[in-house]
Amino acid sequence: MKITLTVNDEAYPLDVEPRRVLADVLREDCGLTGTHLGCEHGVCGACTVLVDGKAVRSCLMLAVQCDAKAVRTVEGLAGPDGEPHPLQRAFSAEYALQCGFCTPGFLMIAAGALDADPDQIAGLVESNICRCTGYEPIRRAITHATRGDD
Amino acid sequence: MKLAAFDYAAPRTVPEAVAVLADGGRDVRVLAGGQSLLLEMRLHRLSPDLVVDINGVGGLDRLDVNDGTAEVGALVRHDVFDSPRAVPGPLGTLLALAAPNIAHPPIRARGTMVGSLAWAHPASEWCAIAMALDAVIRLRGPEGVREVPVRDWFLGPFTTARRPGELLLSVRLPLLDAHTGVGFLEHRRTHFSFAQVGVAVALAVRDGVVEEARIGLANCADRPVRAYAAERELNGTEVGHSFVRAGRVAAEQDAAPLAEPYADVEYRRQVIAVLVARTLRQAAEGAPQ
Ligand SMILES: Cc1cc2nc3c(=O)[nH]c(=O)nc-3n(C[C@H](O)[C@H](O)[C@H](O)COP(=O)(O)OP(=O)(O)OC[C@H]3O[C@@H](n4cnc5c(N)ncnc54)[C@H](O)[C@@H]3O)c2cc1C
Ligand code: FES
Ligand code: FES
Repeated sequence: MKITLTVNDEAYPLDVEPRRVLADVLREDCGLTGTHLGCEHGVCGACTVLVDGKAVRSCLMLAVQCDAKAVRTVEGLAGPDGEPHPLQRAFSAEYALQCGFCTPGFLMIAAGALDADPDQIAGLVESNICRCTGYEPIRRAITHATRGDD
Repeated sequence: MKLAAFDYAAPRTVPEAVAVLADGGRDVRVLAGGQSLLLEMRLHRLSPDLVVDINGVGGLDRLDVNDGTAEVGALVRHDVFDSPRAVPGPLGTLLALAAPNIAHPPIRARGTMVGSLAWAHPASEWCAIAMALDAVIRLRGPEGVREVPVRDWFLGPFTTARRPGELLLSVRLPLLDAHTGVGFLEHRRTHFSFAQVGVAVALAVRDGVVEEARIGLANCADRPVRAYAAERELNGTEVGHSFVRAGRVAAEQDAAPLAEPYADVEYRRQVIAVLVARTLRQAAEGAPQ
């Protein structure tokens, strides 16, 4: 099926089978391997991306469902000059990553909720799995970035 | 696992959707939020021949409030109800108490209330609330539109009164009057688990007396349960006096819990009794005194 994915403001005209999920098409057809796949069951959140501004699990959405929609992945966070996004700076400052496997998912779930209040941030951090950090640095990083501290 | 191949249709209108669903002889599935269907397809427990994606069907995302009811269209996502203001009155409060228990924000951004009723997971929060409130499901099939009261809807785990080819259009829930206090509590093993027990309560109170109790139970049997026996214990009694007894009655008479790897039947009955009493207290606190 012919579709056009708009990923990080760039148009990707693609021919994909309906059975392929968004995460696989981002990684294999668009070459954007920043989106990770862990469980592929909607549980771990490593595959979280924004579709039309909302954080979704890209392992539980078909690529053909995103035809003509705007997808944002971790590769689209940094500025055009490579300047890290405030969330990326906060993750670095707070040591919110160790192995980094979960990081794209946490960054994107946070990017979808930059205006979130502190109560919501706890819910966001609980949404994804990190096997390294113990979550607290991630919560701190997201809190700082959403408050706009640097 | 990767999904097996299927044909894909994305109708734009309800009549078009009903027409493609009437593809007799093949395994045809509606794709709403996809948060259960695509998972089942990944596990190869379901491998439909044709997937009918209704996300582009106009009008199904409506949430209409009138005549004392909220009518929730088939594309209204779980996260709409995160806000108690999405629906007026005690119903909005009840839905907002329950919503955060459903999966996580990215899954709530896709999954739908009507999809949960169609899927009929015994542990579903929305199914328990629908049972407590006598919701009505509206469907359209090749023979036209029909309505099914939710008490006739759940026939077993993942089994409903939906006929082949039918599209669920909406579910209707009563707004609940100002005398009603509501409660929703859940016990789960980990944050990522489904409810081990979930309890939904709407308690209509007048002059300190329970006028009408409504209790729905999630994951307390092989399907969503209405705790009629416990409700009978409560109706007409002074608020607070029969809560513990009602909890025990719900656990012993209304529920039929199944053993799970981390919870035998006895343990589950104990949790049900405690949680029902606690949810009743929560509802009573919210009821006008
Ligand atoms: C990690 C994870 C955790 C979860 N935790 C919970 C939880 O705690 N509680 C809970 O209740 N749910 C949970 N879910 C499931 C989630 O709530 C689903 O969104 C919901 O069960 C189904 O809604 P859907 O819109 O996604 O339906 P889909 O997945 O699109 O469909 C499910 C089934 O219903 C049918 N169907 C859907 N809509 C219609 C319609 N309009 N007409 C006819 N048939 C239809 C489909 O054909 C399919 O058979 C979880 C899911 C995941 C991935
Ligand atoms: S890979 Fe999508 S949630 Fe784990
Ligand atoms: S940093 Fe290793 S899983 Fe989160």
